[in-house]
Amino acid sequence: MTSYLIAMATFASIYAILALGLNVMWGMAGMVNLGIVGFYAFGAYISALLTVNAHAPIALGFLAAMIGTAAMGALVTLGIMRLRDDYLAIVTLGFAEVVRIVAENEIWLTRGTDGISGIPQPLKHLLGADFNLAYLIFCLVIVALTLFVLERVRTSPFGRVLRAIREDAQVAAFAGKDVLKFKVKAFALGGALAGLAGALYAHYTSYIVPEIYVPLLTIYIFLALTAGGIGNNFGAVIGAFVVVFFLESTRFLIGVVPWLSAEQLAALREFLVGLGLLLVLYARPRGLMPEPLPRLAGPS
Amino acid sequence: MLEKTLQLSLNGLMAGAVLAVPAIGLTMIYAVLRFVNFSVAAHMAVGAYAGYMLNAWLKFSAWLAVVGAFVAAGAAGIASDHVALRPLRGYSALTIAIASIALNLMIESTIRFFFGGSPRDYAIPLRRDWTFGFLHVGPQQVENAAIALIAMALLFVFMMLTITGKAMRAVADNPMLADSKGIDPDRMARLAVGIGMGLAGIGGMLVGLDTSIDPLVGFRAILSVFAAAVVGGLGSVPGAVIGGLAIGLSEELSLLALPATYKSAIGFLAILVVLTFRPRGLLGAKTA
Repeated sequence: MTSYLIAMATFASIYAILALGLNVMWGMAGMVNLGIVGFYAFGAYISALLTVNAHAPIALGFLAAMIGTAAMGALVTLGIMRLRDDYLAIVTLGFAEVVRIVAENEIWLTRGTDGISGIPQPLKHLLGADFNLAYLIFCLVIVALTLFVLERVRTSPFGRVLRAIREDAQVAAFAGKDVLKFKVKAFALGGALAGLAGALYAHYTSYIVPEIYVPLLTIYIFLALTAGGIGNNFGAVIGAFVVVFFLESTRFLIGVVPWLSAEQLAALREFLVGLGLLLVLYARPRGLMPEPLPRLAGPS
Repeated sequence: MLEKTLQLSLNGLMAGAVLAVPAIGLTMIYAVLRFVNFSVAAHMAVGAYAGYMLNAWLKFSAWLAVVGAFVAAGAAGIASDHVALRPLRGYSALTIAIASIALNLMIESTIRFFFGGSPRDYAIPLRRDWTFGFLHVGPQQVENAAIALIAMALLFVFMMLTITGKAMRAVADNPMLADSKGIDPDRMARLAVGIGMGLAGIGGMLVGLDTSIDPLVGFRAILSVFAAAVVGGLGSVPGAVIGGLAIGLSEELSLLALPATYKSAIGFLAILVVLTFRPRGLLGAKTA
């Protein structure tokens, strides 16, 4: 049971970093990204391929994953900079699907649907049975560091400009801000975080395969962020833990309703995820923790 | 090479006609309600399964079952929109679009709950391809394209010649003006969703007749469907027809240069290219 809880907390931490990355793009800069899972996949593959094929040190794999996904985020922004919200949603969703299709088909590089196994786990031979707990602590430290950095970003002039662009890009441009440059930076930062999450996952489970990176995962992250509060970094982390807890607790439904097949139970769980997202959108459009905005002195 | 190009073009036009049907559904709903309804994918599956029950269980012909697919998906569309999305009217288009993704997941998982996830086949006879010189066509493909064309023709008559159709176009064109002329916007919204999702249902069944169906039958096609609607210009029904044919053709012709597994990436490329040069698509409106 303890090892189960440790594993779930590790996944929740990884989801938290993804939700934080989405929060930079969507919550702070106002650009929705339904393709966050594509960045996550890209990061995982970069680190896995570097460490497995080129025997690079794991730290280098992490670094390359973040740089690679940041570059990808910047590139994607250049492709989508002129699009309205609804087009953005479609294009980013398509982007993630294309990433998955490439991972499935470029077998010479990615081993296709067989996936990549034997991805090295850091210090596994030293830690032995303690690996899982140590990795959880490692993930939690990274979540804390990310939170710290993003809170600094949010309250910095950079974060303020992003909020201005989110609310009205034309006004921000009129105030002399280079809107595109800020958007590129926000997408690169958010992308790097998703890439980091991807590398964390790959080196934890030691095995990745394209079918992990389906749109359903993006929905989990959206549920986490909208439940926690779009624009709120702490909310994103709490939301991720709530979502994993919610997903896992539905596993125990099988004890309550034993007449359901595994397939039906999986379907029921997906139904509840959809329902959860819908209810969050109705009840609290701003989530559990609304975005902390600086108080402005209004006219008296 | 020329023979292959001609063969692929023929396949592409037939696939494109089928693709245009759900794309029209998506674009119609967008024209009246102004948001991208991702649950088109799930309603394609609703239509496919309704048609499956009529065809494989009750032994209706595919032609009759397609009518059932339209009615079932249309009714499901009106009901799900009323329950799930209507409370969010007035929120941003993006919020409603995300809610429609949640709705999509709920409908797809409901189908999976009752029918399971494994593929099912329609009860249609296997027939030998027809051959014209060097061209080969499958009778089912031709039938599907014919059903798609008939559905589009009926829609055209409805939109152009009936008072209700004109009212709907008026709402799409200028909701305020239409409202002041006494056109009930809620009724038009219900009608657009009903017809739009009904068309999605027909599209889902036609895709299924060509291959097989499972709860994700619509979701796998959604990138191509969206590409058709976006390339043609979201909100434009003639645009969706042109977009469908264009995407169908490009997907098939891509086989000249790329392996078949990359076919579904073509829609994405088409969206990017068209939006870069014409941000509102080929026939998209200037406003909104």
